[in-house]
Amino acid sequence: MSTFDLSPETNAANRRPNTTITPAAAPNRRNTELVMLGFAVLVPILAYANVGLAMDGSLPAGMLGYGIGMAALALIAHLAVRRFAPYADPLLLPLATLLNGLGLVMIWRLDKAGKLLRNNFAAAPNQLMWSGLGVAVFIGVVLLLKDHRILQRYTYISMVVALVLLAAPAFFPSRQEDFGAKIWIRFGSFSIQPGEFAKIILTIFFAGFLMVKKDALALASRRFMGLMLPRGRDLGPILMVWLLSILILVFETDLGTSFLFFGLFVVMLYVATERTSWIVFGLVMSVGGAAVVATMEPHVKTRINAWLDPMAAFAPHPPANSSEQIGQTLMALGSGGTTGTGLGQGRSWLIQFAAKSDFILGSFGEELGLTGLMAVFMIYALIVQRGLRTALAARDAFGKLLATGLTSAFALQVFVVAGGVTGLIPLTGMTMPFLAQGGSSLVANWALIALLLKISDIARRPAAEPAAAIPEPTRGPVS
Amino acid sequence: MSDLTLTVMRLGFLAVLWLFVIVAVQVIRSDLFGTKVNPRGARRPAAAQAPAGRAPQSQQAATQQQPRPRRGAPTHLVVVAGSLQGTTVALQGQTITLGRAHDSTIVLDDDYASSRHARIYPDQTGQWTVEDLGSTNGTYLDRQRLTAPTPFQVGVPLRIGRTVIELRK
Repeated sequence: MSTFDLSPETNAANRRPNTTITPAAAPNRRNTELVMLGFAVLVPILAYANVGLAMDGSLPAGMLGYGIGMAALALIAHLAVRRFAPYADPLLLPLATLLNGLGLVMIWRLDKAGKLLRNNFAAAPNQLMWSGLGVAVFIGVVLLLKDHRILQRYTYISMVVALVLLAAPAFFPSRQEDFGAKIWIRFGSFSIQPGEFAKIILTIFFAGFLMVKKDALALASRRFMGLMLPRGRDLGPILMVWLLSILILVFETDLGTSFLFFGLFVVMLYVATERTSWIVFGLVMSVGGAAVVATMEPHVKTRINAWLDPMAAFAPHPPANSSEQIGQTLMALGSGGTTGTGLGQGRSWLIQFAAKSDFILGSFGEELGLTGLMAVFMIYALIVQRGLRTALAARDAFGKLLATGLTSAFALQVFVVAGGVTGLIPLTGMTMPFLAQGGSSLVANWALIALLLKISDIARRPAAEPAAAIPEPTRGPVS
Repeated sequence: MSDLTLTVMRLGFLAVLWLFVIVAVQVIRSDLFGTKVNPRGARRPAAAQAPAGRAPQSQQAATQQQPRPRRGAPTHLVVVAGSLQGTTVALQGQTITLGRAHDSTIVLDDDYASSRHARIYPDQTGQWTVEDLGSTNGTYLDRQRLTAPTPFQVGVPLRIGRTVIELRK
């Protein structure tokens, strides 16, 4: 095992005469995980019962089946981790399970709103099916990926795959209901959103590439306007990939994802090279880029207007480029207050657009209030914390970069969605990981958690088995 | 459903949700792995109770008969310079391989390191020994280039490219 940054207290203790320092191996925490997982299954079941009691006055009929289904999925995932990643982090799986469960309950609850919600159809069974698929992918990754370092071999293949995935939706026909974004690939009634998977695969490329090039990027640099800029030949490939992905996304008008990739790129460069100039550079570039895109794309202009004045759309004569989505969500959050209206008792159908996907946080804010929403954000924060802890504990630079990248992609996505829904930043259409309706997002995020678990398993595993060939030292009396 | 029941349910659910968060934070708290500080008296009663009247040699022999940890034996390996600075690896009698190969115990991310650069292992007497595995740029133990397996003393810097490693007690 490895530890980082021995604190001064520990070093001081080392010099104290009557203590010994022994490295405490990271314990195998599977039983803790099982208990937490039980808790994580119980909370959504409670929420389910709560919704049923509030809306129908009786326990929902599907409660037993739903509970057993979720518990079974969680148990299978747990057994896979117990068998194939025994030293993995104990919290990631329960936290993800809880978010997935809460999302399912909220989608089911919005299904029950029936015709009050525009374009309403029963999405919960579908979401449950996707959860099952997500857990299957999770188990697949945990089972098949022996060591995350194998992924390093596929650095450039991942680059190509990520670009192909990102470009693919541009070649598929878009539909009216896609609201301006071309981010889906459709096969009949079945559609996937390849950008969600590209997120993970691009992180693998960035991690593999930066691991090889980080010294060149950090040291062989020229000073330009007070910033250290690396040589073109070191930065070239990564800049090209990033530019291509951004261009593709702008072409497909998927701004949330392009922001996500840009942020991911800046964070990973910063982590790999330890140069603050990247943060400055990234902030300047993103502000500049956003300004350019906002003036060119009418789609984006609407969103900026809605962000600047969310209530403009409710005026007697709404301006041309206005949207009522943010205003509706803010009112939902406001009517929730501190402790919420209670599950099943809000008026979530008043959020007319994408109530189950992009704006599901609005429903959570209304029915659980600020208190509940903060708890949900805490759960996200804990996932991010565990991811960064894994990055700290990883013993190889690739694992560190990969864990940091995956975690920051997750964190950035949560920030972009939560910031957009609460009116902090202009809204960009993205799904809240695990909570929102959307199969691709669910499956991709389960794969992300599986990768983090696998990295943490290797990082926390006690050091290699003792060398067998060396006999026990024999010490007779010194003659 | 009466209003009271619904209110109790609503607040109860929030309480349960926060309870989950608090329990999760507790798990993180108990999961802080790293080093453990033990009072010496409790751990090694034999050493503490060594009779004071004995001759110095026999006392030394008694100390040496302790199987592990030996007095003065290094307990961990610390990377003191290079890109992995701050990394520590606990020594538990296992061989530690150093190099750029992905399966090394410490994966050196150093342009001057070979894929299988060196290894550190306890020899037959339990003395930690460092051996260069035919690396291109060599392994330097306190400025001496290694040509044969050499005892690795506590506090002596071992340099591989830009990485410097030491044994610590």
